[in-house]
Amino acid sequence: MAHAGQRGTAAPLPPTRHDPDERGHFGPWGGRFMPEALIAALDELSVAYDKARIDPDFINSFDRLLRDYAGRPSLLTEAPRFAEHAGGARIFLKREDLNHTGSHKINNVLGQALLTKRMGKQRVIAETGAGQHGVATATACALMGLDCVIYMGEVDTRRQALNVARMRLLGAEVIPVKTGSRTLKDAINEALRDWVTNVATTHYLLGTAAGAHPFPVMVRDFHRVIGIEARRQMLEQVGRLPDAVAACVGGGSNAIGIFHGFIDDPDVRLVGFEPGGEGVDTGRHGATLSAGTAGVLHGARSYLLQDPDGQISEAHSISAGLDYPGVGPEHSWLKDTGRAEYRAITDAEAMDAFKLLSQTEGIIPAIESAHALAGALRLGHELGEGSVILVNLSGRGDKDVDTAAKWFDLIDPAEHDSPDGRDG
Amino acid sequence: MSSLATMFDACRAEDRAALIGYLPAGYPTVEDAKRLLAVLLDSGGDLVEVGLPFSDPVMDGPTIQAASDRALRGGFRVRDLFTTVESVARAGGRAVVMTYWNPVHHYGVDAFARDLAAAGGLGLITPDLVPDEAEDWLAASEAHGLDRIFLVAPSSTEERIALTARASSGFLYATSLMGVTGARDVVSNAAGALVRRARAHTTLPIAVGLGVRSGDHAAEVAGFADGVIVGSAFVTAARDGEAAVRALAAELAAGVRRPAAQPA
Repeated sequence: MAHAGQRGTAAPLPPTRHDPDERGHFGPWGGRFMPEALIAALDELSVAYDKARIDPDFINSFDRLLRDYAGRPSLLTEAPRFAEHAGGARIFLKREDLNHTGSHKINNVLGQALLTKRMGKQRVIAETGAGQHGVATATACALMGLDCVIYMGEVDTRRQALNVARMRLLGAEVIPVKTGSRTLKDAINEALRDWVTNVATTHYLLGTAAGAHPFPVMVRDFHRVIGIEARRQMLEQVGRLPDAVAACVGGGSNAIGIFHGFIDDPDVRLVGFEPGGEGVDTGRHGATLSAGTAGVLHGARSYLLQDPDGQISEAHSISAGLDYPGVGPEHSWLKDTGRAEYRAITDAEAMDAFKLLSQTEGIIPAIESAHALAGALRLGHELGEGSVILVNLSGRGDKDVDTAAKWFDLIDPAEHDSPDGRDG
Repeated sequence: MSSLATMFDACRAEDRAALIGYLPAGYPTVEDAKRLLAVLLDSGGDLVEVGLPFSDPVMDGPTIQAASDRALRGGFRVRDLFTTVESVARAGGRAVVMTYWNPVHHYGVDAFARDLAAAGGLGLITPDLVPDEAEDWLAASEAHGLDRIFLVAPSSTEERIALTARASSGFLYATSLMGVTGARDVVSNAAGALVRRARAHTTLPIAVGLGVRSGDHAAEVAGFADGVIVGSAFVTAARDGEAAVRALAAELAAGVRRPAAQPA
């Protein structure tokens, strides 16, 4: 496939100077805090990935899937009516919402599913919060003929009932997790319990740039395509690089993917927006980098929300996809080095931006992505007239219409057949 | 010679395996747990593993998850762990602590080791810490005279068994199967093979855990291992009360005293 990638969509996988050390450390962060029983599988994955990331066959296969299946490159769209509320800044949207399955998640999933086939494993497990990663994983498994089991917190299965149905339609088994806070963190716990039991036949297709090495670097690399494309599109369409790049950060996969396109451009500010929930000062939030402390969760050392005894705190966010008390280790490193900055956006600010983009541009964003949009409005006021902001619109909001309808009170009970409404 | 080495030597002299019982601190309450640990040791246990209840116990099955949850909802704090260990040590019993890494990391690795040693604890079992990431703990355990019990698994390579055994002291913890904690009907046949492989790399005593719940299991494991570790079955007994813990400990203690003949 000599022509693959000539449109510049070739997935940038080979190592760069931003890679962690060989045991997965980004400075003091990352590593492998995992049971010995899983170390052999992580080693196997590391070896497979290290070979794949420089293997032209793998890169071409991945690139072909991104182009012919996921629909890459995704568009870069200016949002002028939305930007009227941004203090004179111009705002550009990297349209990951237009990818197949509706979010950036498909990039990583296609890469890991290809790797699963190369490792000769037939069964895939994954966690999901909002359901975007679960849907993407179920999609890739259907495409490649892999068995698929998705763990999803019971609270999230109710918040995102439509995505549960989508996953089942795609042939996946969805297992509601009823332990702990019954959200994303608990879904990961349950997936890890499955993995340690079935590791010989099963790949754990982790959905964010967190967890034990090699997941943070591998997931990042599968999403680097977002930043590489966006940088080229900015230069082609706008003739300059942005002053700032805004992305939402839960585990941090879409953010790390777009940040890496600009990480060697020191004049481009990289700004991650975390879920501020009801406000960081209320304690009901998921702003790990803004308010967390160093800890170990799900295989890596990173910033964490935890209590004075080192028990993991429950995160709170209107967005199921950001409702996580940890964050990927590379973000902890970028925070410490100052290369990226992280701020919190409340549920209310995110929902205002959600509605504003819908009504000014005709694009309904995912609530996750609405955190980045709200952040861009703030950045615009700070940077002022003529500044240019690139926002990673990481997903579309169809899945969030039910949440939004409740938030904005959009459904008149009198118009409804069932006066009890939905229990969702 | 460490207190754990003395214990394993004494068991060997009696031609039996050591019985090691796990119970979480704080379950069902802090004071109840102290009493149950004393009962376990009085009824034939040689060593207790005191579990530190954790919010996200990824290596544990439903029984220990539920007990951890209950302890935390009951207000368990890390300081209660140290008073629990102290109550065992004061009564002349041997205790190690089994804990996920984050609470230790958060407490401060050296401070945790200092306070555990001061309470009379003998060491730490660390199910989600491998020696590769244990630099702080290696230093702290040396400084405070604690044993480091790392785990090996059926999936461990020869190289990793060797590395893990070199970093360990007191004993080596062999997980009998690939999976989370929980009582099983049969002892996995991977356990014997793993212990045989580990023997080639270390002279440390080797104890086997995961899935053991009856006297017959204990006898079977005692046929090839130096210690028999029982967790979930004791937690289930703890839910039923002192008498159940006493009965289970007695049954298991009898089991470790009649090691099954090893196949030639």
